[in-house]
Amino acid sequence: MSEYPITDSDQEEAPLEPMLLPLNGWHRDQGGRMVEFAGYMMPVQYDVAGGGIMAEHLWTRENAGLFDVSHMGQLLVTGEEDAQTDIEPALEAALPIDLSTLKLGAVRYSLLLDENGGILDDLMVSRWPGGFYIVVNGATKWDDIGTLREYLPDDVTLNHLDDRALLALQGPKAFAALERVAEGEYPLSALTFMKGGRFTLGGVDAWISRSGYTGEDGFEISIPGEAAATVADLLVAQPEVKPIGLGARDSLRLEAGLPLYGHDMDPERGPVEAGLAFGVNKRRRLEGGFPGADRVQRAFAEGTAQKRIGLKLDGRQAAREGAKVFHGEQEVGVVTSGGFSPSLQHPIAMAYVDAAVAADGTALSIEIRGKKLDAIVAAMPFVPNRYHR
Amino acid sequence: MTRYFSQEHEWIEIEGDLGTVGITDYAQGQLGDITFVDLPEAGATFGKGDSVAVVDSVKAASDVYTPVSGAIAEANGALADEPELVNTQAETGGWLFRITLSDASELGALMDEAAYKQYVESL
Repeated sequence: MSEYPITDSDQEEAPLEPMLLPLNGWHRDQGGRMVEFAGYMMPVQYDVAGGGIMAEHLWTRENAGLFDVSHMGQLLVTGEEDAQTDIEPALEAALPIDLSTLKLGAVRYSLLLDENGGILDDLMVSRWPGGFYIVVNGATKWDDIGTLREYLPDDVTLNHLDDRALLALQGPKAFAALERVAEGEYPLSALTFMKGGRFTLGGVDAWISRSGYTGEDGFEISIPGEAAATVADLLVAQPEVKPIGLGARDSLRLEAGLPLYGHDMDPERGPVEAGLAFGVNKRRRLEGGFPGADRVQRAFAEGTAQKRIGLKLDGRQAAREGAKVFHGEQEVGVVTSGGFSPSLQHPIAMAYVDAAVAADGTALSIEIRGKKLDAIVAAMPFVPNRYHR
Repeated sequence: MTRYFSQEHEWIEIEGDLGTVGITDYAQGQLGDITFVDLPEAGATFGKGDSVAVVDSVKAASDVYTPVSGAIAEANGALADEPELVNTQAETGGWLFRITLSDASELGALMDEAAYKQYVESL
């Protein structure tokens, strides 16, 4: 047998010895099956009773799953003391975000674009009292740091918080589990979707935001690396919580219609064709002044040749990344992510197709191993979001 | 009846000139939850080492190679509705296909159960 992994193609670009994250030993103790991903050893699933990608996926949809995403880059952008307002124009010149509408503690999705308006990464920006906290993808973080340093003036400081771990607690019971252990100046319920604040978990200082990558209600928790095992132990001790691996993280985000960098977006694609127009805030769309603004504004005005869409397939055979998409005999696009949906029990995929065949309900086909399988363009998310707004 | 194993984690059980092929319990454990199996048509002929079937898991698609040359006699129709049989009964009810051997001497290159067990432990 030979395997074609769909989630860890990044490892080919990282020939160095994989690095170990703070929870490496913790995952092994929990039965984690460790694989190389984005240059780190990460659990793809847990080989225990009730583990495995399918079971972990469904557990997260019904209860609460704990994900270690410490491979992601946590960055802090600060300016000279007492001069926070000065860094806003600098950060706005680097990202297509409108910081004037980002309140203290709020979290917003944005994009790192190149000068051609191609996507270098997607990221989350939070306003902290002393600066802006940014979370970027693991596989791209080193390049992102270089790009941001290039985009930002020298008097703006970019710190890589590489001594911190990042956990995600996701699922309909995530709130109940976390509320039981979180202490702060205000209750955890003060956080609604895309809001964050400071709390302590078992005495450990944590930045918690109500956000995630599964389509469920849930939280992302930034903590010092040396305290990660303490917090992970505290969370999995809650009856609603089990540790969940990268495999289920991928199938959950696919069902939620959330694109994965390096697969569903890359420098060849811009925000408009990627369906990520919301990552370019309205004022910035009008005013420009960010990398690649000309191309992005033109894409808004004129539309794009292709669009990112969702596809539902009949039967059980999944379409994988790279499969060609057809409209009749004509090749119209390519699959960028695909797999069997554990929640829906049929295959789903994301693809880029020509705009003329991108409307919901359009009948297309996908070539898989020489056979063409029927597929229908479907609205995303495939599984309804359950964010706590 | 004699059972042989390949380094690619297929098993083949021989009865006369007919071999029943599946993936090993070790292999199904590595793949995780199996969601679909693409099986060959009866009558199709393959050479030793050809990709004959594909096993899809939530995570990935994996080729299954035939450990011997021959013509497909039958595919396991039960897997269309219950691909998870490959997980739950990898070395019994989760067999993939039956193949009529064209060269029984190819079996000499395969491992017996004890050798395969040792091989897996070495991985």
